[in-house]
Amino acid sequence: MLTRRQALRRFGAASLGLALADLPPGRGQAAEEIVVGTLLDSTGPINIYGLPMVDATRFAIDDINASGGVLGRKLRVVQFDTQSNNQLYTQYATQLILESKVAVLMGGITSASREAVRPVVDKYGALYFYNEQYEGGVCDKNVFCTGVTPAQQIGNLVPWSVQEYGPKFYTLAADYNYGHISADWVKLYLQKSKGELLAQEFIPLDVVDFGSVIQRIESARPSVVFSLLVGGNHIAFYRQFAAAGLNKKIPVVSPTFGLGNEQIVLKPEEAEGIVVIYPYFQELDNEANRKWVAAWHQRFGAGYPYITDSASTVWNGWHLWAMAADKAGSLEPAKVIAALESGLTFDAPEGRIALDPQSHHVVHTVHMARVNDKKGFTIFKTVENVEPSDTKQVCDLIAKPGQHTQYTPKF
Amino acid sequence: MDQVLVTAVGVLFAISTLVLLALGLAVIFGMMGVVNLAQGEFLMLGAYTVLVSTSHGLPVWAGMALAPFVVGAIGVLFERSIIRFLYGRPLDTMLATWGLSLALVGAVTLVMGPATEGIATPLGSIEIGRYSLSVYRLVVIAITGGTVLAAYLVLGHTRAGLVARATMQAPGLVAASGVDPRHVFMATFGVGAALAGLAGAVMAPLTGVVPSMGLAFIAKIFITVMVGGSTVLLGTAASSGVLGLAESAVSYVSTPIYGQVAMLTLALVLLRLLPDGISGLWRERR
Repeated sequence: MLTRRQALRRFGAASLGLALADLPPGRGQAAEEIVVGTLLDSTGPINIYGLPMVDATRFAIDDINASGGVLGRKLRVVQFDTQSNNQLYTQYATQLILESKVAVLMGGITSASREAVRPVVDKYGALYFYNEQYEGGVCDKNVFCTGVTPAQQIGNLVPWSVQEYGPKFYTLAADYNYGHISADWVKLYLQKSKGELLAQEFIPLDVVDFGSVIQRIESARPSVVFSLLVGGNHIAFYRQFAAAGLNKKIPVVSPTFGLGNEQIVLKPEEAEGIVVIYPYFQELDNEANRKWVAAWHQRFGAGYPYITDSASTVWNGWHLWAMAADKAGSLEPAKVIAALESGLTFDAPEGRIALDPQSHHVVHTVHMARVNDKKGFTIFKTVENVEPSDTKQVCDLIAKPGQHTQYTPKF
Repeated sequence: MDQVLVTAVGVLFAISTLVLLALGLAVIFGMMGVVNLAQGEFLMLGAYTVLVSTSHGLPVWAGMALAPFVVGAIGVLFERSIIRFLYGRPLDTMLATWGLSLALVGAVTLVMGPATEGIATPLGSIEIGRYSLSVYRLVVIAITGGTVLAAYLVLGHTRAGLVARATMQAPGLVAASGVDPRHVFMATFGVGAALAGLAGAVMAPLTGVVPSMGLAFIAKIFITVMVGGSTVLLGTAASSGVLGLAESAVSYVSTPIYGQVAMLTLALVLLRLLPDGISGLWRERR
C-alpha cells in the first residue's frame, strides 16, 4: 500500500532526477563555443561508411579549433549515432536544430537518411551539409552536397567500361532511392555511349543470399556488372560472386564499392580487379594528401584500415563551412549561405576543389582505380575538374533561390 | 539441363540454410515453449567464434566445430541465470530475451568493434556446364543433412532423446522416475543454443560478421518455426521445405524482393489454415 508520504517521496525523487538530467551544460562555456551537430551511423549495416566519417568529423573539428576556430570561437560538436535507422535521423535532426541550436548540421549517409533530414532542415531554415557520394539532383537553398555525383562518377565510368569491356551491362542496385536514381543515370549514360542494358536488378538492403542473382547474371552473359550495391549486407554479393569463380570471368565496376572499406572486409582474391572511381584515394600522390594521411595516422594509429573518400568529403565539408562562416562574419544561415555561394575554393587532400555557387555542389577531379592485392587501390586514370552537371544543368539556386527539391533524370 | 541442376542446388541450399537456422529455435521454442528473442544473437556468437578462431590461425573448419560448444555453453549460462526463472511465463520470457539480445549486441560491439568483418568462403568453385557453383554451398547442404540426421537419431533413438521428449510432455512423471527435469531443461536449452551457434558459424563465410547480423535472420526463423509447429524435426523440415522453396523459386524467376514476399504470403496463408503449424496436421491424425 502506497502511503501519501511514500508517493510524495518517490515522485519528488523522480522529478528531481528528470530535472537534473535536463540541465544544460555549464552556461559560461556554452556562450564561448559554437555548437555544431552531426548525424552519422556508428552501428548497424551502414556503419561501414559511418565509422571513417565519424573519425573524419573529429579530425576536422580538432583541426579547425587548432587553427583558431570559427569567428575566434571554438567549435563544440554534438554527435548522435543514428544506428542505420532513418527514424532516428529525423528525430535527432529535430533535436539538434531545436534543442542544441546548432549553427550547422552535417551528416546523413544513405540518400534515404538525407531525405529524412532535409524536410526538418527546410522546416526550421537550418543549414545542412550532406558530405557523401550520392545520386545527384538535390536543389535546396539550405543544403550543400559536397560529395561526388553521377556526372562525375557514372558519367566517366560508363563510357570507359563500354570501351574497355564491351557494351552489355548488367546493373545491380540497392533497392532504395539512391539505387533507383543512379540506375537511371546508368541507363542515360549507357544510351549516350551506345551500350546495351541487359537487365537491372534492385536488391533490398537486408538481402545476404545472392545465389539467384548470380545465376541470372551467368545466364545473361554481360560484358560487365555495374554494381550500385550498398551496405554491410551487400558485401556478401562480392564474396559469393568470387566463391563461384565469376570474378575472374566477368569484370565488376562500381561507384559505391570501397566507400565502406569493402576491400578490407573481403579477401584480396575476392575483391582484386574491381574498378572504382572517386575524387579521393588514400594512395593519392600529392603534397597535401601525404601530409594529411600522415596526420591522420598520427591521430588514429598507423594501423588504421583505410581512409575513405567519404572521410575526405566530411573533412572538406567542415572546412568549407568554417571558411564561409569566417567570410560572412556571422553564423546566421542566410549570411553563411551567401558566403558559400561566393565561389569558394579549398585546398583539400584530394586537390583543389571548388564549391559551385549555383548548384551548391562541388567540382571534383576524379580518378579511376582498381582494387589491388594490398587492400587498397591502384589509380590508373584521372579526369580533371568534372562539373556536377547532373545537378548544375537543372538547378540554379542563385537565379531561383526558393527551391527545396531533388531533380531526377527523366527519359 | 545445367541450368536446372544449378537452380535445384540453389533451391536446396535455400531450404537447407532455413532448416539449419531454424533448428535451434525449434528445439527451444518448439520443444520447450520458450520464446527466445535472443536466438539471432546466438547465431551471431557462433559466427564470431569462427572469426576469432580464424584470426588466431585456426582453420575455418575448426572454428565451425568449436562454435556449437562455445555457444551451447553460453546458452546454458543464460538458462541458469535468466531463463529458468521464467518458464511458463511467455511474456516475461520475451521481455527478458529481448533485453538479452540487446545486451549481447552491445557487448559484442564493445569487445569486437562495430565494423563488419569477413571470412573468405572456403573451397573454390566447380563448373556445371556453363555455370559456376560455389562448392561451399554443397558443403552447407551436407552439414544440414548431417545435423538433421543426428538430431533425428538422438531424439528418436537414444535415452537422452527419450528423456528430453518425455520431460516436455510430462515433467512430473520424469521427476518421479529419477531424472531432474530442471537438468533436462538446461541441457535442451543448451542444445538449442549450440545448434544456433553451428548455424551462425556455417553462415559466417557467406555473409559478413557484424554484431547486428542476428537481425537479418530472426524474423525468418521465427516464421519458419511457427509455421512448422511443435514437432521439432518433421515440422521444421516441412516448413523450411515449403517456405524455402517458395522464396528461392520466386527469387530465381524474378528478384529476391518477390521471393521474400512469396515466402511471407505463404507463411500467412499456412498459419491461417493451420493455426498449430504444419505439425497440426499430424497431431490431429493421431
